Amino acid sequence: MQEAMIKRAAQLLADGTVNRVMGWKRGEFVYDTTPAVFTTADELEKEFVCDDFTQANLSKYLVKESRKEGKILAFLKPCDTYSFNQLVKEHRIIRENVYVIGIPGGPKLDIEKIKAKGITGILSVENENYTLKIETLYGTETMPFYEAVSGKCSSCKSRKHVAYDELIGEDGEVLEPNRFDMVEKLENMTSQERYDFWRGELSKCIRCNACRNVCPACTCENCVFDNPKSGIDQKAAADSFEENMFHIIRAFHVAGRCTDCGECSRVCPQNIPLHLLNRKFIKDINELYGEYQAGADTTSKAPLNDYRADDCEPSVVHERGVE
Amino acid sequence: MQVNENFEPVIVAFCCNWCSYAGADLSGTNRLNYPANVKIIRVPCSCRVNPMFILRAFQRGADGVIICGCHPGDCHYTSGNYFTRRRITLLYSMLDFLGIERSRTRLEWVSAAEGAKFAAVMEQFVSDVKKLGPNRRLEDLRCRKQ
Ligand code: SF4
Ligand code: SF4
Ligand code: SF4
Ligand code: FES
Repeated sequence: MQEAMIKRAAQLLADGTVNRVMGWKRGEFVYDTTPAVFTTADELEKEFVCDDFTQANLSKYLVKESRKEGKILAFLKPCDTYSFNQLVKEHRIIRENVYVIGIPGGPKLDIEKIKAKGITGILSVENENYTLKIETLYGTETMPFYEAVSGKCSSCKSRKHVAYDELIGEDGEVLEPNRFDMVEKLENMTSQERYDFWRGELSKCIRCNACRNVCPACTCENCVFDNPKSGIDQKAAADSFEENMFHIIRAFHVAGRCTDCGECSRVCPQNIPLHLLNRKFIKDINELYGEYQAGADTTSKAPLNDYRADDCEPSVVHERGVE
Repeated sequence: MQVNENFEPVIVAFCCNWCSYAGADLSGTNRLNYPANVKIIRVPCSCRVNPMFILRAFQRGADGVIICGCHPGDCHYTSGNYFTRRRITLLYSMLDFLGIERSRTRLEWVSAAEGAKFAAVMEQFVSDVKKLGPNRRLEDLRCRKQ
């Protein structure tokens, strides 16, 4: 597939449809891939990669890229097209300046899951019939492909592209993963248990802001967490209150707009399950205001920009489950 | 949990200028008592209450936060309180999800004519929060009064 992508990108560069190409390139290690912009066929040939490790969602980069001179080609996986749509809807991406090629999604691999097996010195990872053949400095190792699938891909919500100009490969279906299982489990705990669970998780946060920086829903020019008057800008939390506040506000700001792309949890160096906070909002919105998938289209009203005269009262929170 | 009989909770009430704030006034002119624990913050519309206000109130020492606005359909700005309702429902639900005691947060619709309701709501809320004891799960230790 990588070959087909490079070939098509080079064609579109040559015929002038686009003047830049957004994809991924390799870093220091094979599993170390990073979003990159290419301007010549030569660069594409040398550096472009699309493999089991190219997880990064490229849509957020298009906020800036689509404001530059000329059109840019972007390769988007199905999940990324939801973020793309959402950004178009919020007038953050200028749609006319992007040429989208939809490519099949994952499942992609999480290198940490491979390393967790005690495999180090990794030189290459090949997928042979859903068994990973891993060449290392110390010899060859194998492990089942599915044990290394990344968290976000294991609860994939859709293999269908919701926005594209052309496709490479087959389009898939909308899936129904059990993505709310863990949210439900927490809901059924007592409030003390939930409190303890979240203290354990949120106290690990080092406030690197990676979750905000990567999030396609977090594209504010001036973020509240960069406001020096907020007292919580650019610093590690000084108190458990600040940890809670950062996470509540971050998740609340993306409520109704978060496409559940999974990037926040993926990039968190502390492995905090941020997706559980986002999914709690998604689940509440689905249950209280009707099924809604952010990014599925570019026209529907966001649940928090909308209301009905007979919406439920906040007292529903007090009435359900155990305290 | 041990209930401290002498514990007097601090309650922050965000009251909409056009209804509940006037309702509080009315309960005063009618010489109805409502607990002195309630600190009223006047806002132009219930919709003005940003989630950060609520968190800040808890940070700075509130044991309970209540938002009061015009009855749905009666908002001075037509639809403000409908947005409040969705937003605050989700926020309270998230606080509950994080294990913050759900009885520390409340929302009530109180009109300018409902002075008696205002007093009753506050009376009830204060007694509920009293049972919970001081806010510990969403407090900022640096702000705790000794
Ligand atoms: S990425 Fe993780 S550690 Fe960094 S600010 Fe977000 S939650 Fe905290
Ligand atoms: S909050 Fe996380 S899952 Fe939601 S859009 Fe942002 S990065 Fe994606
Ligand atoms: S955290 Fe809030 S203010 Fe900051 S970028 Fe995200 S949505 Fe915008
Ligand atoms: S003016 Fe009272 S709630 Fe909007």
